Amino acid sequence: MSSPIRVLLAKVGLDGHDRGVKVVARTLRDAGMDVIYTGLHRTPLEVVNAAIQEDVDVLGISLLSGAHMTICPKIMDLLKEKDAEDTIVVVGGVVPDEDVAFLKEIGVKELLLQDTPPAKIVETLTRLVEERGPR
Amino acid sequence: MPTPSAELFSRLKTGDLRAASRLMSRAESHDPATIATLGEIYKSAGRAHIVGLTGVPGSGKSTLVSRLVSEIRKSGRKVGVIAIDPSSPFSGGSILGDRIRMTNLVLDEGVYIRSMATRGSTGGLAKSALTAVDILDTAGFDVIIIETVGVGQDEVEIARASHTTMVVSAPGLGDDVQAIKAGILEIADIHVVSKCDRPDSNRTITDLKTMLAMGINISIKDQSNKPVWQVPVVGTSSETGEGIDKLITTMDKHREAHLTSELGEERLKRIAEYRTFKTAEDLLRNRFFDSTSERISALVEKISKRELDPFTASDELLGNIAF
Amino acid sequence: MTTLNNINAAQLEEQLELWEKEEVSTFLSKQPEREEEFFTLGGFPVKRSYTALDTKDIPLEDIGLPGQYPFTRGPYPTMYRSRYWTMRQIAGFGTGEDTNKRFKYLISQGQTGLSTDFDMPTLMGYDSDNEMSDGEVGREGVAVDTLADMEALFDGIDLEKISVSMTINPTAWILLAMYVALAKRKGYDLNKLSGTIQADILKEYMAQKEYIYPIAPSVRIVRDCITYCADHMKRYNPINISGYHTSEAGSSPLHEIAFTMANAVTYVEEVTKTGMDVDKFAPRLAFFFVCQADFFEEIAKFRAARRVWAKIMKNQFGAKKPESMRLRFHCQTAAASLTKPQYKVNIIRTTVQALAAVLGGAQSLHTNGMDEAFAIPTEEAMKIALRTQQVIADETNVANVIDPMGGSYFLENLTSEYEKKIFEILDEVKQNGGTVKLIEEGWFQKHIADFAYETALRKQSGQKPVIGVNKYVEEDEKVDIETHPYDPTTADRQIARLQNVRATRDNQKLNILLEQLVEVAKDEAQNIMPITIELVEAGATMGDIVEKLRTLWGTYRENPVF
Repeated sequence: MSSPIRVLLAKVGLDGHDRGVKVVARTLRDAGMDVIYTGLHRTPLEVVNAAIQEDVDVLGISLLSGAHMTICPKIMDLLKEKDAEDTIVVVGGVVPDEDVAFLKEIGVKELLLQDTPPAKIVETLTRLVEERGPR
Repeated sequence: MPTPSAELFSRLKTGDLRAASRLMSRAESHDPATIATLGEIYKSAGRAHIVGLTGVPGSGKSTLVSRLVSEIRKSGRKVGVIAIDPSSPFSGGSILGDRIRMTNLVLDEGVYIRSMATRGSTGGLAKSALTAVDILDTAGFDVIIIETVGVGQDEVEIARASHTTMVVSAPGLGDDVQAIKAGILEIADIHVVSKCDRPDSNRTITDLKTMLAMGINISIKDQSNKPVWQVPVVGTSSETGEGIDKLITTMDKHREAHLTSELGEERLKRIAEYRTFKTAEDLLRNRFFDSTSERISALVEKISKRELDPFTASDELLGNIAF
Repeated sequence: MTTLNNINAAQLEEQLELWEKEEVSTFLSKQPEREEEFFTLGGFPVKRSYTALDTKDIPLEDIGLPGQYPFTRGPYPTMYRSRYWTMRQIAGFGTGEDTNKRFKYLISQGQTGLSTDFDMPTLMGYDSDNEMSDGEVGREGVAVDTLADMEALFDGIDLEKISVSMTINPTAWILLAMYVALAKRKGYDLNKLSGTIQADILKEYMAQKEYIYPIAPSVRIVRDCITYCADHMKRYNPINISGYHTSEAGSSPLHEIAFTMANAVTYVEEVTKTGMDVDKFAPRLAFFFVCQADFFEEIAKFRAARRVWAKIMKNQFGAKKPESMRLRFHCQTAAASLTKPQYKVNIIRTTVQALAAVLGGAQSLHTNGMDEAFAIPTEEAMKIALRTQQVIADETNVANVIDPMGGSYFLENLTSEYEKKIFEILDEVKQNGGTVKLIEEGWFQKHIADFAYETALRKQSGQKPVIGVNKYVEEDEKVDIETHPYDPTTADRQIARLQNVRATRDNQKLNILLEQLVEVAKDEAQNIMPITIELVEAGATMGDIVEKLRTLWGTYRENPVF
C-alpha cells in the first residue's frame, strides 16, 4: 500500500500571481495527490525547510517575477546542503526559453510553464516520481 | 538505494529531522520493512506532552497553534505540530494549507510541522499520526500538538488519544455552541475560545460555561471524590496574544494533574488500548486486501448479478485470512 | 428601447416564429450549427439573432446620450471627436535613468501619457538592498527607493504638461508623496498635475496579492490619498479602481466589473465617513478594466459598468454633480490572452481587443507588446503596440461616431443583462456582510479561482480554442525572438544611490519624523500624506516607512482558497 504523491507548492519571491499555482493545486488534488501550499512571498530557506519537514516527493516552485535565476540556484544549494537532493524540483510560471538550460543544469527536473495543460502536469509529476523510485 | 529504516532510527535518536521526516513517510505508506523500527521507536518514546487540539472549521485553530507554539518556544521547549486536514472524498487527494498560518515558525529549528491528510475512511490516519508523534518524541520534542478538524470520527478520536485535549470555539460562527453541534464538547480537557478581541466573544465563553455547569461535562474526580480537574474555559486572541500564556499554564497544569494521579495512568492505558485496536484494525484491513484482492473481483461479479450474497462472500473471504 | 407598440411586437413575434420554422429549420436540416448553444466568454447564453423584441423592455433613458446620465454611451458628449483616447503604454525597468530613456522614446513616438511600472520590491515596500529584493531589483519595473530615484525617473519631463500614471498599490501613498515632493522641488503647481496612482488595495486582497498591512489600515491609507488629492491636487486621480487584475487572476468579465464596483462602493463609504461631500472627491475616482477577447461582450461590459456606476452614485450616495456619476476608465488588453507559441499572433489578438476597448469608450489605453508572454516588452514590441492604437485612431474612422454599437439589439440586450447581474452580485455582497468581510472569508477569491480552473480545463479540452496552443499548433516551431535584456548592473547602480541617500541625510531628524508617522497612523482622524511627504523630503526610504508602520499594524496573511 503506497501513499499519494506529496507535493509542496511554493510561491517564492515577491510576486503574488497565484492563478497558476492554484489551478495546479486543484489539478493535483483532483488527481489524488497530497498538496501542501506554502502561501505567498516565501524565502528559499523557508521553502526548503518546509519541503524537508513535509518530506515531499516534489517541490513545485511558482515564480512570475523574473527572479528565477537568483532564487532557483539558492533553493538547489539549500537542498544539497541539507541532504535533501532527492527532492524533485519543478518550476512553473514565466521563464524565458534561454534560461531553461541553466535551470535544468542546476537540477531542476522540469519546467511547466504557461499553458501547460493540467493533465500534462499530473503526467509529468507521476513520471518523475516513478523514475526516482522508492526512497 | 533507500536508507534502511534502522539506520534512520539511529539518526533520529540524535535529533536528525531529515530522518524523522522520512520515517513518517514510511509509516504513512505502511512500509512493511519499517514496522519493526516503528516498534522500537514506540518503546523509545513516551516523554513528550501530547496535546490534541480540535475545533470546527473557521474556529481559528491554525492561527492559535502558531501563537501557542511561539509562546511555548519562549520557555525553550521544542514543539512539534501534526496538522491534519481532510482529503477530498472524490479523488483522495488533498490541499493542505495549515502551514501558511505558521510561517513565522518555519525558520525555528526547535519547531517541526508536518501536514497529513485524512484519506477518507480507509483508516490508517490514527496510526500514522500517532506514530509521527512517537517519532518526534524520540527526536527530542517536548510538546507535540496534533491539530485536527473536529468533524470526523477519526479526527475526534485522535484528539482524544492525547494527554491533553483542547477544543477550540470562536465567536461569530452561529448562535449554537459549536462544540455541541460537532459532538466534541465532552472530549475537552480545556475549552478554548479564540478571537477574544471580538466583542461577541464573551457570549461564546458564557454559553460554554453554562453548558459545562449544566453537567454536560462533569469534572474529573479521583476515587476519594476529590476533583482532579475541572474543565476550564480559556479565552485567547491570536491577534493580540491575549490569553495565550494562560492557556499554556493551564495545559501544563493539566499535564501535571495527570502525571501525578491514577487517572493519568488510566488515561495512558486507554490511549494504549486505542492505539492497539487501531493498529490491529489497519493490519487486518491490509492483510484482508492483500490476501483477497485477486479473488474478490470474481466474487464481486457474482454478487452484482445477485448470484451470490455479500454475507456469504465475506465469510468465505475472511476464512482465508491467517491471524 | 424601440417604440415597439403591441401590434408591432405581436407581428414581430409571429415573424420570428415563422422564420424559425421555415428558413432556420430548412438550413438546420442540411447542416446543424457549430454548437448546440452559444455562450459569451463570460458564460452569458447568446441567441441566434436579436430583434427589437430583445430591447423593448429597456427604458430609453437607460441608454440616453453620450455625456448624459447614466452615461451608458460614454462619459463625454463629444468623446473621440474632440480628442482621441490617451495612448498610454506602460514602461518601467532598471533604474530611474533607464526608464526615463524609454519614456522619452515613447513620447517621441507620439505617446500622449506616461504610465509607470515598478519592480516588485518597490511594489511591496522593500528597499533594493533588502534580502527579499534579491534578484528582483529593476527587473519587472523601475526601482524606486527614495526621492532621488523619482527625480531621475522624470528628469527633463514637464509634469504639468503630461499625465503620469503609476501602477502601484500598497506603497502608493509613498510614491504619491515622492511625486508631490518632486513637484514642489521643481516649483510646479500641484493643482496642475494630472495622472493617477492605482492605490486600489481591496482588489489586491482579492486578486493580485500585493499587500502589506491588514485590510483596515490599508483602506484608511487609500482614504487619505483620496481626501488629500481632493484638497490639494484638483486634477489628479487618487485611485484607479481596477478590475484588470481580477480578470488576470482568472475571473469572468462579469465578476471583474461586479467586484470592482463592490470595492469602489467601499472606498466611497470610507471617504464619506470623514464628512467629505461625495461631489468633492467622486469626480476624480477613475477605473481600470481589461479588454478580453470576446468582442461584443467586452463592449457591453464597459457600457454596463458606466450605467451601474452612475446609478450607484446617484441613488446610493446622492451625488449631484454629473462628474461624480460618470465613469472614466483606463483599459489594457488582456495579458493572460497572450501566448508564447506563434507569438506574433499576439499582435492580432491585441488589435481586436484594442478595437473593442475603443468601441466601448475607453479614456486611455495600453496595448500589450507581442513578447509579453516571454518577458517585459522590448522597445520594438512597444512601438508596434503603440502603432496598433494609432492605426485604429487614424486609419479606421471608428472614432468618428460616438458609441457606434449603441442601439444594436444584441449589444443593448447584453448591456442590460450585465447591469442586472452586476446589481445582483452587489446585493449578494451586501447581504453577506460586505466587501471586507467577504474578502476575509475568501468569497471573491473562490469565485475567481473557480473560473480560472474552469478556463484551464476548457483550454485543455479544446472547448476554448487558443490558436497556437490547442489549435493550429506548430509542433516544430522555432521561437525566434529577442527579449528585453536585464542589465546585471541594475541592482548595484540602484543600491549605490540608495546608500548615498542614507549616508547624506540627517538621521536624527528622520527618526523624529518616523515617530511622528506612527502617531499619525495611530490617529485615524489624521491624514497620513503630509507626514509622509516630509519623510521622503528628509531622505526616508520606502523601506524605512513601510517597516516602521509594520511594527504598528503587522503583516497581512491570507487564508488561501482554491
